[in-house]
Amino acid sequence: MEAFQQAIADRVAEQQRHHGKAQFFWVWSALLVMTAIEVYLTYQNMQPLRMLTILMGLSLVKAALIIGFFMHMKYEISRMKWLTMCALVACLSLMLFFFPDALRILSLGVR
Amino acid sequence: MAEATLPHNMPAEYEPSLFGTYSKKIGMWLFLLSDSLTFGALLYAYSYGRISTPHWPTPFHSESIVNATIMTAFLLTSSLTMVLAVRAAVNKDAKAQRLWLLATMACGMGFVILHGREWAKLIAEGLTLPVFPKLAGSTAAGEFATVAQTVPQFAATFFGLTGMHMLHVTLGVVYLGVVALRRNFIPVLLVFWLAAWLGTPPTSPFHYGAHVLLLAAIVCSIILWLKPKIYDSSDVEVAGLYWHFVDLVWMFIFPLVYLMSARI
Repeated sequence: MEAFQQAIADRVAEQQRHHGKAQFFWVWSALLVMTAIEVYLTYQNMQPLRMLTILMGLSLVKAALIIGFFMHMKYEISRMKWLTMCALVACLSLMLFFFPDALRILSLGVR
Repeated sequence: MAEATLPHNMPAEYEPSLFGTYSKKIGMWLFLLSDSLTFGALLYAYSYGRISTPHWPTPFHSESIVNATIMTAFLLTSSLTMVLAVRAAVNKDAKAQRLWLLATMACGMGFVILHGREWAKLIAEGLTLPVFPKLAGSTAAGEFATVAQTVPQFAATFFGLTGMHMLHVTLGVVYLGVVALRRNFIPVLLVFWLAAWLGTPPTSPFHYGAHVLLLAAIVCSIILWLKPKIYDSSDVEVAGLYWHFVDLVWMFIFPLVYLMSARI
């Protein structure tokens, strides 16, 4: 079993040898630029809901870059990508069902 | 019957991996998926509290935002050094691998130190939890002396969420230290523990939190003694997955907790 696992690990390592170093620097630069944009927006005193939408949008793009390039998900087989990411998004989306309850508390007038 | 279950045309003894990669990596991905639900729940709890509370505190002045931005830059840079460590590992460059791992650890430690400084500042201003050691006198006059009483869910969710993340970063540094230095890391870890324990006052939560490092040193010693091995590129890659995940989670904590609660 050890030898079998080692063979797969060697194949994965061989694939990674062909990944360009420059792309990692590009991704890192993009992440830093997006962080700078987020901080800049903080100093603009925007309307909270609009700001939250932009910040969460940028965070999702940053998350996609980290998962795709740094965590090498871009280079995994389709089955791995779809099963892991769909399961995660479905579970996190289910938690959204709690938020209307938070608004209900406000409309009840609880202070 | 056993022969009937074997796949056809298979030269190997075992079935090919369902996910096209080795078991250690799949195991780490499954752990990270479950851990992301933990952080997801904490982030949702924070957001729920914020939506349902009319007078949510905004304690982060410009100084805190700058501090958190530097922390973010530390984590992003640590992710870059981590991929370079993985790259060095697959190219079998042991020296570069070790150096990049140490650089990653340095960035992680920088993050934890800055985060600890931010916590200490907030605690000194009166934002605290009942479980934290009491500060004599200073809390009564602090900026957030009333927040702990009027909006207790802010301190609970803020310290819970960021504390959990800080714990993950700390354990990530320990994990990378074991991969980079193996048994040589244990005395280093004990020095870190003593420095964190003796270097913080008894009124700081880090004075007691430092014992996590002692616990980690004991666990790592047992693992390294029971199963000594030279960590190869697959181990470095799996450690990298964990480290990038810690970075990934911060990409949501930073805007949601800090930027959305800024007082500029």
